[in-house]
Amino acid sequence: MRGLFDYACRLGDDSLILGQRLSEWCGHAPMLELDLALANIGLDLIGQAAHFLKLAGETDDEGRNADALAFHRDVLDFRNCLLVEQPNGDFAQTIARQFLFSNWQELLFRDLCASRSETIAAIAAKAVKEVTYHVRFANEWIVRLGDGTAESRTRITHGLDWMWRFADELFEADGTIESLVETGVAADVRKLRPEWDMRIRKVLAEATLDRPAPRRGAKGGRTGYHSEHLGHLLSEMQFLQRAYPGAEW
Amino acid sequence: VSKNWPLWEVFIRAKNGLSHRHAGSVHAADAKMALEAARDTYTRRMEGVSLWVVPSASIVASDPGESSELFEPAADKIYRHPTFYVIPDTVKNI
Repeated sequence: MRGLFDYACRLGDDSLILGQRLSEWCGHAPMLELDLALANIGLDLIGQAAHFLKLAGETDDEGRNADALAFHRDVLDFRNCLLVEQPNGDFAQTIARQFLFSNWQELLFRDLCASRSETIAAIAAKAVKEVTYHVRFANEWIVRLGDGTAESRTRITHGLDWMWRFADELFEADGTIESLVETGVAADVRKLRPEWDMRIRKVLAEATLDRPAPRRGAKGGRTGYHSEHLGHLLSEMQFLQRAYPGAEW
Repeated sequence: VSKNWPLWEVFIRAKNGLSHRHAGSVHAADAKMALEAARDTYTRRMEGVSLWVVPSASIVASDPGESSELFEPAADKIYRHPTFYVIPDTVKNI
C-alpha cells in the first residue's frame, strides 16, 4: 500500500507541479494563442494530478484526500521529478522543459495503459491523448525555435542546456518502482530510455540543434530532495489553503 | 511578434453532417501553427470535430458600400420563403 501511495504521488506531483508552472504563463505568454495553449496544457496536467492524487488519498495511511495532498504537504513530501519544478525562464526554456517531459510522459502513459491497477490504467488511457498533443506542440516549437532566427536559436539552446541535466532522473528506478513493476502496476521507466532518446534525437536533428553535452544528472525529487525552486512555487500555489485552511468556493 | 504574423480565419464543424461555420480568427506564422492555435483557442469546450483555417487575405469580401444593391432587393421577396405550404403534421423535417 505504501508503495502504491508513493507511486501515485510521483505521478500526480509531476503533473501538478508542471501544471502550476505552466499556469504562471497565464496573461504573460508571447501572444494570446500561446497563452491559451500553455494554459490548456497546464489544465490537462492538473486534471491528471487530481486523478492520481485521489488514488494516492485512497491508499494514504493518514487519510488525506487529493486537496490535502496538493495543498498541505511541504517540500520534503513532494515526489515530483526535479525537471517539472524548474523555473519557466523565457518561452524557449519553458518549451525545452515541456519537450523533455512530455516525450517521456507519453511513453510512460502508453505503458501504464496496461497497468494491473485499473485506476492507473484508466487515468493513463485518458491522459495519453492529452499528452500526445503536448508532444506535438512542444516538438513543433523546438523545430521552430531551433531552425528559426539567430535569437530564437540562442534561446532554445540555452533552454535545453538548463533542462538537460534533469532528464536522467526520469529514467531512474528505485525499490518502490521495482516492486511495483514486478506486480505489473508500474511501468519500468528504465526501458523507456532508448525510444525517448530516439525521439529527442530526431526532433533536435530536424531543428538543426546539437544534443546538449552530457552532464552529471541532478536527482533526488522522488525522495523529497528538491531544488530551491519548489518552495517558492508551493508558497504561491498553497497560499490560499494555508491562510484560510479548508476554504471552499 | 504578432504584428508580423498573418491572420487566419477559423471554421469549425460542430459534428459530422453539419457544415463548417466561421468561429473567429487567430494569428500564426504558417498553416500548421494556425491549425494548432485554432484548436487551442476555439475547441476547448467540445465545439467541434473538424477545423479549417484559411488565410484571411484569401477571403474576398463584399463591399459594405454596395450593400443596398446587393442585399436590399431581397427584402420584399417574401414569396421566396417556403412558408406558404401546408405541412402535414406527420412530417417532422422539410
